[in-house]
Amino acid sequence: MTKIVKAHAIHKHFGALHVLKGVDLEVAEKELVFVIGPSGSGKSTLLRCLNRLEQPTSGSIEVAGIDMLSPKTDINHARQHIGMVFQSFNLYPHMTALANVMLALRKVAGKGKAEAETLARAALERVGLADRGHHRPAELSGGQQQRVAIARAIALEPKVMLFDEPTSALDPELVGSVLEVMRGLRESGMTMIVVSHEMSFARAAADRVIFMDQGLIVEQGPPAAIFEQPTHERTRSFIGQIRQH
Amino acid sequence: MHSGAVLAVAGWNKFVETFFNAQVMAKYLPDILYGTLVTVELAVLIVIAGIGFGLVLALVRALAIRPLNWLIVFVVDLLRALPPLVIIVLLYFGLPSAGWSPSGFMSTWLSLTLVLMAFSEEIFWAGITSVHKGQWEAARSTGLSFGQTLIHVVLPQALRLTIAPLTNRTIAITKGTALGTVVALHEILGMASSAVSNSYNPSPLILGAAAYLVLFIPVVVVARRIETKFAWKK
Repeated sequence: MTKIVKAHAIHKHFGALHVLKGVDLEVAEKELVFVIGPSGSGKSTLLRCLNRLEQPTSGSIEVAGIDMLSPKTDINHARQHIGMVFQSFNLYPHMTALANVMLALRKVAGKGKAEAETLARAALERVGLADRGHHRPAELSGGQQQRVAIARAIALEPKVMLFDEPTSALDPELVGSVLEVMRGLRESGMTMIVVSHEMSFARAAADRVIFMDQGLIVEQGPPAAIFEQPTHERTRSFIGQIRQH
Repeated sequence: MHSGAVLAVAGWNKFVETFFNAQVMAKYLPDILYGTLVTVELAVLIVIAGIGFGLVLALVRALAIRPLNWLIVFVVDLLRALPPLVIIVLLYFGLPSAGWSPSGFMSTWLSLTLVLMAFSEEIFWAGITSVHKGQWEAARSTGLSFGQTLIHVVLPQALRLTIAPLTNRTIAITKGTALGTVVALHEILGMASSAVSNSYNPSPLILGAAAYLVLFIPVVVVARRIETKFAWKK
């Protein structure tokens, strides 16, 4: 199967802190990979290296055939193909939901106003918010905000979607609506890398679960194997901890 | 009539004659109006240039080029620390020795523009840095460039926060146009002062004060409106 993400020997230092200590990650087209691990394990940093929000100290990253770390790469162009969803939504508060989705369509993808609006409305519809286009983020619930953020990313038709703890900032009753949208994306064949501790979602939807600790991948495998029969003691104790919540 | 009352009336008449002398006021009204025109012209030019340059400096600072930022911070701090009057006097009386003799208008405009530039740069910069890092990341992750992110995402949010402090600072600095009187600028205060010397009567000063009120009260009222309108509503 074609690998759409190829990251090799990724190291990342923040000053004296060695956050990623040589991580290899390959993701196949249409695969849904879950990354779990204790806070500080480097999972978010790994995700942020993939679209170069963080500059890795060393290593190589190729996404959809583009060498992300080459100085010759037009990073703004490359990022169009990599959607990202953040824990804190990060919608633009001064714009309506529709304008949030339209901005990059117009300025990055170079669409005209009418076409951008059509595409933005279609993206909002995909996340079940067709009727919320004229609302400002402050007028939307957390779950709705996160879905607008997903619409903003998928409107650009990315080849990979990165989710950085997309449901961690949500009230429990709002988590379901966001996971529902992610499930829909999955079914449409989107390649997804998800940093999250939503175990039941991982179990139902993920192809592979990666457990990271202290800047390294400790073990990985199908969700059933990782959750039921982890081979490493660290994985076992971590999964035991998140189960108790 | 009671002698006390007589004295009081006489005192009142004297007061009115001294400070609200209609004859003197009528005579010097055209002068004060001319001065008002100069003040308005100067103030408008200061506001446009001062805020404009301040915004440009803040945007340059956002590029995070270190030596350039040190220079900006140094110049801005210098201009914020010096009393505006000192800058005006330095330019007007100092620059001729360097071969350029700016007029009173030029010296006052340049000085107050520099001061407003310095303060507004700080205000714009504070606005830009107060925008959450996540806004930059979200915008950049969709492929927007640094400049596009600044213009479409960060600045609109930053400007909202800057409006209240910026209007206050702008009012304070444009009132400094009165300092131009020390470099022979014929603005309101200058015209009023020379009218006082010529008429041996302080009424023109009252007229001058009135002119300032007519100019600035509407500005203050509008500023208050803007502040209320842009007060942080999420």
